[in-house]
Amino acid sequence: MPQAAVPPETLEVPPCPDLTGGFMGRETPLFELHRSLGARLIDFGGWSLPLHYASQIEEHHAVRRSAGVFDVSHMGIVDVRGPDARVLLETLLANDVGKLRSAGQALYSCMLNESGGVVDDLIVYFVGTEHGYRMVVNGATRSGDLAWIRRHAAGRRIEILERTDLALLAVQGPLARERVASLLAHGAAGVADTADAPPTASATATTGATDGGELALSLEPFHARSIGRWFVARTGYTGEDGFEVMMPAAEAEEAWRRLNALGVASCGLGARDTLRLEAGLNLYGHDMDQSTHPYESGLGWTVALEPRDRRFVGRTALEAVAAAGSPRKLVGLVLDDRGVLRAHQKVSIPEEGPGRGANAGGHAGVGAHAGEGIVTSGTFSPTLQRSIALARVPAATAAHVQVEIRGRALNARVVKPPFVRHGRPLIS
Amino acid sequence: MSSIPDDLQYTATHEWVRVLSGGVVEVGITDHAQHALGDLVFVEAPELARRVAARESYGVVESVKAASDLFSPVAGEIMAVNEELASAPERINQDPYGAGWIARIRPDDAASLSTLLSAAEYGKLLETQGD
Repeated sequence: MPQAAVPPETLEVPPCPDLTGGFMGRETPLFELHRSLGARLIDFGGWSLPLHYASQIEEHHAVRRSAGVFDVSHMGIVDVRGPDARVLLETLLANDVGKLRSAGQALYSCMLNESGGVVDDLIVYFVGTEHGYRMVVNGATRSGDLAWIRRHAAGRRIEILERTDLALLAVQGPLARERVASLLAHGAAGVADTADAPPTASATATTGATDGGELALSLEPFHARSIGRWFVARTGYTGEDGFEVMMPAAEAEEAWRRLNALGVASCGLGARDTLRLEAGLNLYGHDMDQSTHPYESGLGWTVALEPRDRRFVGRTALEAVAAAGSPRKLVGLVLDDRGVLRAHQKVSIPEEGPGRGANAGGHAGVGAHAGEGIVTSGTFSPTLQRSIALARVPAATAAHVQVEIRGRALNARVVKPPFVRHGRPLIS
Repeated sequence: MSSIPDDLQYTATHEWVRVLSGGVVEVGITDHAQHALGDLVFVEAPELARRVAARESYGVVESVKAASDLFSPVAGEIMAVNEELASAPERINQDPYGAGWIARIRPDDAASLSTLLSAAEYGKLLETQGD
């Protein structure tokens, strides 16, 4: 699987629009702001969140071309600290927190059940020896995750704290880092007044930077640090550069308005979904869940079987899959015919070889089928101006498949995600 | 608040109907519908000369978010489809009652048009749906 440089932080897919409106679920600290900005609010895993403000496609392009801001405060921020924190995470995570050697490093990982199924995917930040780890988990799974983590923490010297006091803004796009840095350079996060600040991951001493903006700009990809009252991470879920910023809830609205004033577009979950799919990033609950393991979810690169003596939950099941080879894999699809790929559509795999019917003109039942698969996420790609998808297919699937859309078999090409990265199409 | 031109007729499934000369009607989806669907990215138009029943699904529009059926407001024959929508489905968002028209239909029975909603009736329907 691809690059580890911008692994997913995580999110559920927007459901179909509620044409009647009116749903009111749990609210983030920015709920009133979203309403005042004219957002179309939807039920999103029990949360009332913006699907889009005006044009979803324009929001998408804003992130690819300049910068956009997303409210992802529904995601769970969980601090894990104490003498046994590392041992707990070595047990719970399929990736190895032992890779996090210096304060500020981040790691993308799955948390598995005993069968190797994915309980959740998350990012864990190593805040520092004294302060332990911070995890960011999916909004829809956060309560289950917490129960799971607490169960495995029982009897250990560990403090687990869900940070419901924080808001989480994702600021993404080629200009995103500069815009956040500008806020920090002009007094946001109380950088000048660090007396009551949370722990700083890497002190100014290591960079020589003196203001918050410089500190933010000096962050390497997939690193984070506290800057004043904010925790700034160079991570994201769009395939673009940018930051994810955790801040006291009361500061979120002003930060959002100041970003807007700097030309950063308000963006909803709709654009977030098309951006992450173009970036080839999985969505929990769609591309993987408790019934699928990382090797059939394009996430084998996140499983650390070395060192061999690290006995993490799900290891035994995964070793068996790794030894036998996974019978299924997650691939990217590009639709060559006109239409839109969507989750749950059936994928047929024609036999490869002379006389195969993959390009014969889109009729169901042409040629023998080597097997079936299923689209796990699909959409129209605003950047590529055609439909793309992730699909779980038999391991032997080669270059061409057909997807059944409303009774017709349409031709699609199998590609390796990502589809788009840093504003550039990666497929023809 | 959606635009609901007075000179058109409507259905409860958010289609509009314009009576053209020569006994043909032009149909499309309403401003409310395009707004609810969001950015449209694909239109599956009906075949020419196809016969459709009233309330039969005769095509599909897809936005970035979801696919939605198009329901024929009347029984009749498809006389024309808006070919431009194949390459520019966003015309429906930009101008739902004009450049975003979807099809022209020759109704089997001109009297059937009297069963459609007036602009005032459609406006009331949207109010009860919380628009």
